[in-house]
Amino acid sequence: MAFIPDFFGQALNGLAYGVLLFLLSVGLTLIFGMLDIVNLAHGSYYMLGAYAGLTLIAVTGNFWLALLVAPVAVALVGAAVERTCLRPLYRRGPLDQVLLTFGLIYVFEDLVKWIWSGRIRSIPTPALFSSSVTVLGATIPSYRLFVIVFGLAMAVALWALIEKTRLGAIIRAGVFDSEMTAGMGINIDRVFTGVFAFGAGLAGLSGVIAGPIQSASPPMGASILVPALIVVVVGGLGSLKGSLVGSLIIGQAETFGKVWLPGASMLMIYVVMALILLFRPQGLFGRALK
Amino acid sequence: MGEVTRRTFLAAASAAAAGAATGPWVLRAQAQSTEPIKVGVVLPYTGVYAELGVSITQGMKLVFARENDRVAGRKILMIQEDDEMKPPVGIRKMEKLIDSDKVDILTGPVHSGILMGMRDKVHSSKTILIVSNAGADAISRERCSRWIFRASFSNWQPNFPMGTWVAKNVSKEAYIAAPNYQAGKDQLGAFKESFEAAGGKIIGEDYPKLGETDYAPYLTKIKQSGAKLVYVFFSGTDAVNFVKQYDQFGLKKTTKLTGAGFLTEPDVLPAQGQSALGIITGHFYSPLLDNPTNKKFVKDFRAQYGGKVPDGFACQGYDTAEVIIRSLRAVNGNTQDKDKWVDAIAKVEFDSPRGRFRFDPKTHNVIQPFIYIRKVEETALGLNNVPFDKVANVTDPGTGCTLPA
Repeated sequence: MAFIPDFFGQALNGLAYGVLLFLLSVGLTLIFGMLDIVNLAHGSYYMLGAYAGLTLIAVTGNFWLALLVAPVAVALVGAAVERTCLRPLYRRGPLDQVLLTFGLIYVFEDLVKWIWSGRIRSIPTPALFSSSVTVLGATIPSYRLFVIVFGLAMAVALWALIEKTRLGAIIRAGVFDSEMTAGMGINIDRVFTGVFAFGAGLAGLSGVIAGPIQSASPPMGASILVPALIVVVVGGLGSLKGSLVGSLIIGQAETFGKVWLPGASMLMIYVVMALILLFRPQGLFGRALK
Repeated sequence: MGEVTRRTFLAAASAAAAGAATGPWVLRAQAQSTEPIKVGVVLPYTGVYAELGVSITQGMKLVFARENDRVAGRKILMIQEDDEMKPPVGIRKMEKLIDSDKVDILTGPVHSGILMGMRDKVHSSKTILIVSNAGADAISRERCSRWIFRASFSNWQPNFPMGTWVAKNVSKEAYIAAPNYQAGKDQLGAFKESFEAAGGKIIGEDYPKLGETDYAPYLTKIKQSGAKLVYVFFSGTDAVNFVKQYDQFGLKKTTKLTGAGFLTEPDVLPAQGQSALGIITGHFYSPLLDNPTNKKFVKDFRAQYGGKVPDGFACQGYDTAEVIIRSLRAVNGNTQDKDKWVDAIAKVEFDSPRGRFRFDPKTHNVIQPFIYIRKVEETALGLNNVPFDKVANVTDPGTGCTLPA
């Protein structure tokens, strides 16, 4: 019976894609939960991560070093953007913020074209994971297995950070009520910058992780934004758990959509989103709307 | 005062001397027109396909520079517009070139959607258009026009010969895939037609969305089908993502990857890297072609553009400019008599880097002198497509086109 390995193989594909979406969307959801900003430029940090990774690999020849350094560089860019562009807009309406982050997409895209040219580039697969393996009759590239393990490990680490540390408690408090948190004597400005930079860094990290699977080109940031937003809506705004579960659901929905509905593969994720919104408008793990 | 007078005198004298030297030529040119010949260019210069627009333009400029930007005594003026690969933008730029710049001849575009959108305006305004990339079959079929020539290819042309070739040389069972849009369906349709006629059987087919980033579900299906042969049409980022992921899934070891030449053109080869090695494609050009025109073309192109190796797109630009130069020479620079000019273009014939270039008078589409079967190998020019077999005189069937023969 070939059905079991076939199904299992596709489930692994969906898991690898979902994990990638998780790394991207977790920053988006944290930033929204804490700063109350829909950061449309989140995909730009994903793009910056991929390009920073490309350059670091070209210079050092070491994928693992790039995986470590590129996200830090992107986080610094994120911190600078939060301090200079977003901060003055916190007291303004959401429309101003959306316009700003939307504009930033174009700024970053042109910046990348200017620095790296519009050529299609790609991060080579690290030699350690360049082959494929067979698991229970299903073939999967070993790099995708690495992505799954790495992504799930990151999910555990993030959970521990947010649920088990003092810093995590401050972030959770900030997500719940940032004014009250400031009233408790917490320097909320610094926490805001930190969370924004952290979210941007995670997007940069997913850019490097996706590099060996996908090509890098300037429009990549804008095109990854839609699936990331869908994950956040499905999972619930501001929820880490929601981001993980939402990513895994959307990853499977898109993969099996391609297998079962070849002509309308994109339909699947929108149907899933619509169904979830119908029964839980706040998303799977979102707080109920006031 | 005196000094100024002497200078004025010297200037006037030298101008007179120059006039005397070039007099007969100036007079001849004036008899027709001293206005420059305006060549309108609609190509993508930004976005992912910018590199294609740049390559085509570089090929054109190489020819015009060789002619010192003049033909039949008139200066050639290129007016370049960026279509951003967006049909509304491309069509607006085309209208601007026709209506306000009043260009004598139009070239471009890369995007078939832009070409189809331009077609009626070009046809009704009797503007001559030399298509320098877009392969929509319809332009050589039911939507053909007396005023439209194509110096690049029709989507049918690289794929039809490949169907016969792979059925004979690789396998009679194929899994096929292309992006879910018109060009993808056109290209695979042509392949299927000849592949099945040669006794081949399609054991699976998929149409992922254009701009897909994750081909894993399709690659798992290919693996499970047990196919020995895969034939695809992908270009740009799709080509990079598909080829890399195909290799990561270990499919290269069990299943031969073949396709239309765009899969491994030099705009995507560097990003594909080693994953592209061994892929077999059909295309009308390779910089490694062994003919004198191509050798000179590759040498001049590399000298002019900092060592860049020309690709099929550069060859299309080169041929487009050759057609313009040679037809204008034939009509002695007279751009007013459009009918005569069109007849001259239809008769143009020359040695192109791809072989002997000529149009099919029935469709105004180029007759490919050869579709070369090429394999990606490590060469002196880096990773490139090495031709090792060929199919001669590939002519689009032109079904439904009723141009006078």
